[in-house]
Amino acid sequence: MSAARTENASVLSHALKDALLASIVAFGLFILLLGFLIGDARGGMGLTQRPALLASVIGIVFVGRFLISLLYYNAPALRAALTRAWTAILDLATQYKTALVLLVVAIAIGWIFFAPAQWPLVVMLVATLLVGISLGFSAAFLVFAILFPVAFYDNPYYLGIAIIVLTYVMLGWGLNIVVGLAGLLDLGYVAFYAVGAYSYAIIAQMYGWSFWACLPLAGLFAAFFGILLGFPVLRLRGDYLAIVTLAFGEIVRIVLLNWVSFTNGPNGIGSIPRASFFGIPFNAEENGFAATFGLEFDPTHRTVFLFYLILALALITNWVTLRLRKLPVGRAWEALREDEIAVRSLGINPTNTKLTAFAIGAMFGGFAGAFFATRQGFISPDSFTFPESALILAIVVLGGMGSQIGVAIAATVMTASFELFREFEQFRLVIFGFAMVGIMVWRPRGLISTREPTAYLKERKTISVEHVAEGRG
Amino acid sequence: MTTPLLSIKGVSAFYGSIAALKGIDVEVMPGEIVTIIGANGAGKSTLMMTICGNPQAREGQVIFEGRDITHMPTHEIMRLKIAQSPEGRRIFPRMTVYENLQMGAAVAQDGDFKSDLARVYSLFPLLERRKGQRGGTLSGGEQQMLAIGRALMSRPRLLLLDEPSLGLAPLIVRQIFSAIRELNRKEKLTIFLVEQNAFHALKLAHRGYVMVNGRISMQGSGRELLERPEVRSAYLEGGR
Repeated sequence: MSAARTENASVLSHALKDALLASIVAFGLFILLLGFLIGDARGGMGLTQRPALLASVIGIVFVGRFLISLLYYNAPALRAALTRAWTAILDLATQYKTALVLLVVAIAIGWIFFAPAQWPLVVMLVATLLVGISLGFSAAFLVFAILFPVAFYDNPYYLGIAIIVLTYVMLGWGLNIVVGLAGLLDLGYVAFYAVGAYSYAIIAQMYGWSFWACLPLAGLFAAFFGILLGFPVLRLRGDYLAIVTLAFGEIVRIVLLNWVSFTNGPNGIGSIPRASFFGIPFNAEENGFAATFGLEFDPTHRTVFLFYLILALALITNWVTLRLRKLPVGRAWEALREDEIAVRSLGINPTNTKLTAFAIGAMFGGFAGAFFATRQGFISPDSFTFPESALILAIVVLGGMGSQIGVAIAATVMTASFELFREFEQFRLVIFGFAMVGIMVWRPRGLISTREPTAYLKERKTISVEHVAEGRG
Repeated sequence: MTTPLLSIKGVSAFYGSIAALKGIDVEVMPGEIVTIIGANGAGKSTLMMTICGNPQAREGQVIFEGRDITHMPTHEIMRLKIAQSPEGRRIFPRMTVYENLQMGAAVAQDGDFKSDLARVYSLFPLLERRKGQRGGTLSGGEQQMLAIGRALMSRPRLLLLDEPSLGLAPLIVRQIFSAIRELNRKEKLTIFLVEQNAFHALKLAHRGYVMVNGRISMQGSGRELLERPEVRSAYLEGGR
């Protein structure tokens, strides 16, 4: 009896010690992350201390860890039950993936709106983490992106960076079709970005068409230019193809620079119509967005709208790519990347396959270009120089050619770190260069280099003895 | 006499100004296995490639099922009832076995994918067990099986095989050749085989042609050629 009591006491003290340790770690982790907030104050920057937030987070960690070590590690039956429950939840989660993501997002948005001002970030991170654990990395990325503007509503700087990042994610995904899937090295992708941007700017100014009418047109023009580039380079591969596409990018830029009567040359095109909320403009007037929906006017509305617009465009790019990969044309692209002669010997027309890759890749570049034009309100040939192409290509290559999530990570890291290292000015490119060299040394085929099969086979692979014996072939 | 499935009439082909084929005449009857043997550089693979239209014949005609295919582009020829397992196999290394087979069925118009797949799996059971594996991780023999299986997915009437024994161990070569024989016997599939391994090829084939320097130097039934002293001395002695 007394022995049992001593054991109980030791379990309790063990759990307490464990929880205390976890709290100390949590304190170390969160003191800088949550404890202090640098923000605008009267006459410059100010430091706000947030002891209540810090204390509550550490409290959660302490209680949680205490309960886990008390219940979980000391009760095998409970542990088994919890494991079973967790597996059941995971199964359910994978089954109703979309519904779950939407639910988490809905709850989180609601919570963020009604929670006190300090909490949005925490709620966003918790929601991301939850989805990440149960559904994996891609879903977490998506939830993070959807919640981002809600959590950072007060921070236009971050929103701006996020929009840039998403633009590059979309460009990366677009170029991924050409480079990653079809294996055609394209160094002039920015040309399609430019064509999209200029076609939006010129059509919108000349004819006063809305963004939604111009968007498909911009994509169409870019796709047309993609085919225009595709025809002369059909017989080229590798280095030779790269040189011609590089030249193509430059030609487009130089034409934009010199065709002053049409493109306004180096002065660029200004006062491009801004995107409206399906016809409702974002302004302080009576028919504006804020007034229509009974809100107080706030310029951030437009930024948030732009954020969701580019997020949707990028997701469409991703969705279309994933779909196409499962269709004959997408599989033909990948086969073309692997072996052109084999593709031809299977009766697939390599000409059409290459042209569709160029056209569809270019189309998404054109969409991104139209978005860029409406966001900036001003475009000039300076925005479409070779380094842009190189950056987009680097995103695709570093991400692992053909991997959608790899490209998204690479785009995020590259563009966001470019912004974050802004203070280091001259060293930015050096760091950038070192990072590239590092990745190429340690992960020569990109961050995520495994290719996902497009056809999943339900049966698990069984490796029988017989199989192993025969397998040497 | 029935009409040939494939007939090559006086075909010459060139790489630049160098003649690789000098007036070749070959006929393949329906249901036959016909083999071309010859030394390195005799023009065997060029003949195979010329049937597929790359390079196209400069002189002469290639006729398949009564249709002149001499000047058709490769991918259109391969959409007829012809399939090829190319030299060096050329499977798609980063795609799974299953996806490779799907690619083979890419242009099959009237095929039923499932039954075609079942047919390939029953011919090469190993492929079924490896279906989720990437092509590049297969051994040489398995890759050859995959290349043949991929070609069969388009339901050809004529199967072109370019050196299926290339770089394979004797045991595997025997396995592959017996699969080819089975295809021909059970399904009456016509097979045109280019091989360096003269002994195996001639034993398998109904008829054979010997190629030397871009010309056909001898022809006859497989057995006949096997027994000819010139063939024996040039291609078989020590070649076993």
